[in-house]
Amino acid sequence: MGLFILRRLGVMLLTALCLTFIVFWLTNLYPNLEKLAKTQGNFRMSDEAVTSYLTNRGYLEPMPLKFGQWLGVVPGYVNEGSDGKIIARCFSGDTPVEERSRYCGILQGDWGFSTVFKDDVGSLVATRLALTGKLMFFVMLLMVPTALLIGVLAGMREGSKLDRSLSTASILTTATPEYVSGVIFIAVFASSAFGLKWFKGSATSAMESANFENFFLPVLTISLYGMGYIARMTRASMTEVMTAQYIRTARLKGVKFSDIVMKHALRNALIAPFTVIMLQIPWLLNGVVIVETLFNYKGFGWLLVQAASNNDIELLLAVSVVSVVVVLVTQLISDIGYVYLNPRIRIS
Amino acid sequence: MEPLSWTGSLAGLNLFLLLALGIMAVAIAAQIVVGIVGTAGGRAVNADGTLSSDEGLSGFLGMIVKYAFFAVVAIGLAYVIGGILLGTGAGIIGGMARQFLPVWVALILTFAVSLAFKRKLGLYGKLFDSTVGMIGFGLVMFWVFTGFFGGLLGLIITHDTLSQFSGMKNALPGMPLSGASETDFQWFLLGGDNLARDVFSRLIVGSWIVVLIAPLATLFAFMVGITLGLPAGYYGGKLDTFLSFLANLILAFPVILLFYLLVTPEIVLTGIPNYMAAVLFIFPVIFFTVLLNARYYTQPSVRTPLLIVVIGALFWAYLSLISNDGAIVANDSYVIPGLPTMLDWIPMPPEILVVFVSVVFVNSPTVFRIVRGLALDIKTRDYVAAAQTRGEGPWYIMLWEILPNARGPLIVDFCLRIGYTTILLGTLGFFGLGLESESPDWGTTINAGRRLLSIYPHAAIAPAVSLLTLVLGLNLLADGLREESLRD
Repeated sequence: MGLFILRRLGVMLLTALCLTFIVFWLTNLYPNLEKLAKTQGNFRMSDEAVTSYLTNRGYLEPMPLKFGQWLGVVPGYVNEGSDGKIIARCFSGDTPVEERSRYCGILQGDWGFSTVFKDDVGSLVATRLALTGKLMFFVMLLMVPTALLIGVLAGMREGSKLDRSLSTASILTTATPEYVSGVIFIAVFASSAFGLKWFKGSATSAMESANFENFFLPVLTISLYGMGYIARMTRASMTEVMTAQYIRTARLKGVKFSDIVMKHALRNALIAPFTVIMLQIPWLLNGVVIVETLFNYKGFGWLLVQAASNNDIELLLAVSVVSVVVVLVTQLISDIGYVYLNPRIRIS
Repeated sequence: MEPLSWTGSLAGLNLFLLLALGIMAVAIAAQIVVGIVGTAGGRAVNADGTLSSDEGLSGFLGMIVKYAFFAVVAIGLAYVIGGILLGTGAGIIGGMARQFLPVWVALILTFAVSLAFKRKLGLYGKLFDSTVGMIGFGLVMFWVFTGFFGGLLGLIITHDTLSQFSGMKNALPGMPLSGASETDFQWFLLGGDNLARDVFSRLIVGSWIVVLIAPLATLFAFMVGITLGLPAGYYGGKLDTFLSFLANLILAFPVILLFYLLVTPEIVLTGIPNYMAAVLFIFPVIFFTVLLNARYYTQPSVRTPLLIVVIGALFWAYLSLISNDGAIVANDSYVIPGLPTMLDWIPMPPEILVVFVSVVFVNSPTVFRIVRGLALDIKTRDYVAAAQTRGEGPWYIMLWEILPNARGPLIVDFCLRIGYTTILLGTLGFFGLGLESESPDWGTTINAGRRLLSIYPHAAIAPAVSLLTLVLGLNLLADGLREESLRD
């Protein structure tokens, strides 16, 4: 088991490195850099001005070198600008010489500087991540119990009317992407056209104080899309367990149906959905980006959109590191959890 | 002119529809409650020793649900038929029903032919044994025909999709067209968007983009996934480790981040999407070449002419797909020449190519994983061992023994994946990536409409509901296919 986790961690590290390098490479392509220089400087920059801007800030160094600087294994660039000022990656011109550090990358805990928000990337990502964490907490709180309940109810009597209705409902929710359900919810419950106005169509105020009125629609929108999938997996697992021999034995012994479901079937039926729920978390990230854009909730997904549409290289890298780590860690947890929960795999 | 109401002169039916829907909802709820409690009807032992039972409460409720459902369907049909006869006299729904006339005819023909010959049509025919599958197929074919007749032939649409009509900005559904001449269609059936264009016509034309790109992109993703997944599963070892690592690498990317990185004008300038297209689109050529070669290499007299024709045709299509204006990649610093324009029979605008490539790229790793898993499972079967003993080559076994036996799950996943691709296309449009902002496809329209969502929701709701029905149809279709393919 220890070796297995160690090997998985190694693969994770390699994957994260490859992915960040791909993001790094794509964001550092020349047309992207040119756009960056023009948005940071001014839009009527000449080609020479763009080149000198980029050279001074170390953007035109070879790709592996730049990547090394960002990682913190290669000393940061130190260049002298045209006006004689020193422009360096790791310190500003007025820092005393003895306090100047040579390395500054993510290994040193320095995530860089956002060109869009003019702020430190580390703190920026942390605050936005906390806001998204709040959103995700409520999404999980709504989605997981509801989905499990639907799945168990549908799966305990396969083919019954209850099963049919719930299965159709879960197919309907998996067929509704967030931008469709979100639009419909806002139109029906928050617009003047239908006149209901039960909820707010924007979740901006939920960043400070979340309440039912401004936070329920975004939470519901994200949960619905994932809910159907988890419910269907739970249903499949539950129907499989309900046809097992030991359930038949229990029925023949005359155990009450509710006891069979609660005491005999449920625990075994929940092993498979656990993996599915863990693997759903990265998918939820997509929903988070869409919903945060739609409801104007300035969390991590909103940050991703801002960073990507403005080619804010270091912010985008930090965002992708976080999301890649989320994906890989949830995969690892689901693998370990599956082995841990299922004795048949653990023993063999 | 008066604005149209939703149902016009058929408004009398609304009450009955509501009544039928209400009864159905109550009866279904009651059915569920009764299902949990679980009552059986009374049973009686007959003189000959057989048992007979009445239907009981659940049977009674089932009957109510059935008749209420028939009533809802009948009233729905009445709206459509009344609409075809009365046109806009039957309100917005009537007007739309008449515009959709070619679609209804095509749908009825398709269903009539399929139902008549369903025993001879294999898995497709079996689909018509399951209600869910039929509903799904109906929904999907509705949009396919709508896209074909409206988007390609220009039959259903009422106005030009790009022209703006004065006074129709954010017009509500059913508004009469101000300043319309005799020949114009007199109403905006689903209202106008914030640039005073007709929502209904844009919806119809947009469906063609979705209906065309989504299945094709899924097909390409399947080609890539199958061509790489079969050897990965069959050979295993280092090849498998490497390919799986690559697949997991792409899967670990958040889809939206990948889209933002690939589908920006700056990246298009560098020509990266064109290189990706050149790599991804070669897979169908490889697939069919290997497929035919593995089958016929023992008969060179058949194989050689067949391969020359097939490779020639496919390679021509491949070159036409990836080249544009006589070049594969054309940017400021260099040009890679491609097929000359006069031989280029597939017009592929650059922005469509980017969207296409990124959707294929995102989908293929998942297909790869599915195919690899299936191959791992099937390669242990006896018929594979038999083929190995006969001395068949590995590619013959993969493509002619394993692949046909994996077709059930693959067909089901294909349907589901078209739905997922539709969602991805909508996501791209929602973030304003790829297609131009005046493109009528559903995602872009939702994106344009969402800014005024709280005041004029109709411009965003129409494409949202359409996308929902199409994806729902594909999901139901997949469900029906799964049910029917498991049965044998």
